[in-house]
Amino acid sequence: MLQQSRGLGTIYGTLLNHADALAALGDQVQAAPYKAPPRAPILYIKPRNTVAGHGDPVVVPQGVPELEIGATLGVVIGTVACNVTESAALDHVAGYTVVNDISIPHDSYYRPSLRFKCHDGFCPIGPAVVARKLVSDPNCLAITVEVDDRVVFRARTDRLIRPVARLLADVTEFMTLRPGDVLMVGVAAHAPRARAGQRVAITIDGVGRLETPLVAERR
Amino acid sequence: MKKARVAYGGAIHDAFEHPAGLRLEDGRVLAEDAVVWLPPFEAGTIVALGLNYADHLKELSKELTVSSKDEPLVFLKSASTLIGHRGQTRRPRGVTFMHYECELAVVIGRNAKKVTRSEAMHYIGGYAVANDYAIRDYLENYYRPNLRVKNRDTCTVLGPWLVDSDDVPDPHHLALRAYVNGKVTQQGNTRDMVTDIPALIEYLTSFMTLAPGDVILTGTPEGVVNVNVGDEVVSEIEGLGRLVNTIVGDESFGRA
Repeated sequence: MLQQSRGLGTIYGTLLNHADALAALGDQVQAAPYKAPPRAPILYIKPRNTVAGHGDPVVVPQGVPELEIGATLGVVIGTVACNVTESAALDHVAGYTVVNDISIPHDSYYRPSLRFKCHDGFCPIGPAVVARKLVSDPNCLAITVEVDDRVVFRARTDRLIRPVARLLADVTEFMTLRPGDVLMVGVAAHAPRARAGQRVAITIDGVGRLETPLVAERR
Repeated sequence: MKKARVAYGGAIHDAFEHPAGLRLEDGRVLAEDAVVWLPPFEAGTIVALGLNYADHLKELSKELTVSSKDEPLVFLKSASTLIGHRGQTRRPRGVTFMHYECELAVVIGRNAKKVTRSEAMHYIGGYAVANDYAIRDYLENYYRPNLRVKNRDTCTVLGPWLVDSDDVPDPHHLALRAYVNGKVTQQGNTRDMVTDIPALIEYLTSFMTLAPGDVILTGTPEGVVNVNVGDEVVSEIEGLGRLVNTIVGDESFGRA
């Protein structure tokens, strides 16, 4: 499992990088508190306590009826990427993996509490890193979410506002990415939800299938 | 004990405080400016507090929608932003408001999960001085403060020392000071934290496990001012040390 491999660095998420996700906010982006659509990439961090592997059960906190399943492609960095150009960006990618960016459902992107995204286990990742050369176009991948073997959600990576290379260029303009760091490209709109007792599986064509059983918190 | 990590003579060393500067673990005694100072330990998750001093909260309240009654305002940073004592921090050309923040860094010493306030202090391994720069030109109203403001390369200075918690009997009674080019620009005391250290540990560990090397940057008091290329910025906390940093321009980083 990925989490057991040495060298997993920092996991970064990208907010509202899927055209449908931004469109779903509609006119809200012009109103308070946002007042404008995002200009530069808006990133967040999934800290190391959130990392879980393929098949690891994830605890649904008490009092939380459902978790939001943020199915997304993880870009795994292979060589130090600092201020890279769009044309050279993919040279710094080791490969790709599947990430389940789990959240407690919440409405605001303004200043959400860490509680919503940073519970232990809230970032299943894996099962493996698929080498870059085996993925011909990271901006053209189908993503499927199943809950208890029923397909509940489909998305594609071809609707990214910043496709992978552009995103890497804009992020590394201010922040160096290092080998083992993972940059999630962004989840689509209307992410599905699941509850304790259900089994979630995210499949990205050619990248992998990541399974996550959700379990209730023991008292 | 105060411990540092430095590069000297072709290797990386643990180093300790000495009247002449510092002493390497192999016995060599060196002047402070003879070595390259690294962040004093391998940092894991870095949790930072926004607005944890009443006066700073007031200073920025016009642009904020929070009050001290809300849950602590915390955000995350990554270790990639860290540099050590006497390092250089880049100020991009054209920005109008880049400021330091002198902060007490609390370093976790053992795994902490669902820790109560009364037990919390036992989970602390040590303390350090941090200078957590922000460039407000890049502030956007999503996931505030967004990483482009707060998680830039070279923009979090940590050190010089990791000070054992045993040597800091009362971390809630330490004077903080920042100096720009020798002039005091920021003053405060850790007793004025809105949410104190045990409450922060209780809050954070209610949902996330903190591990050894994880860091809580506990916020900054009022008095943040813009800094420019060439400025020397010193962050000082009573009993912990004096953290020096210099602001440099794009040309030092090969950016046209």
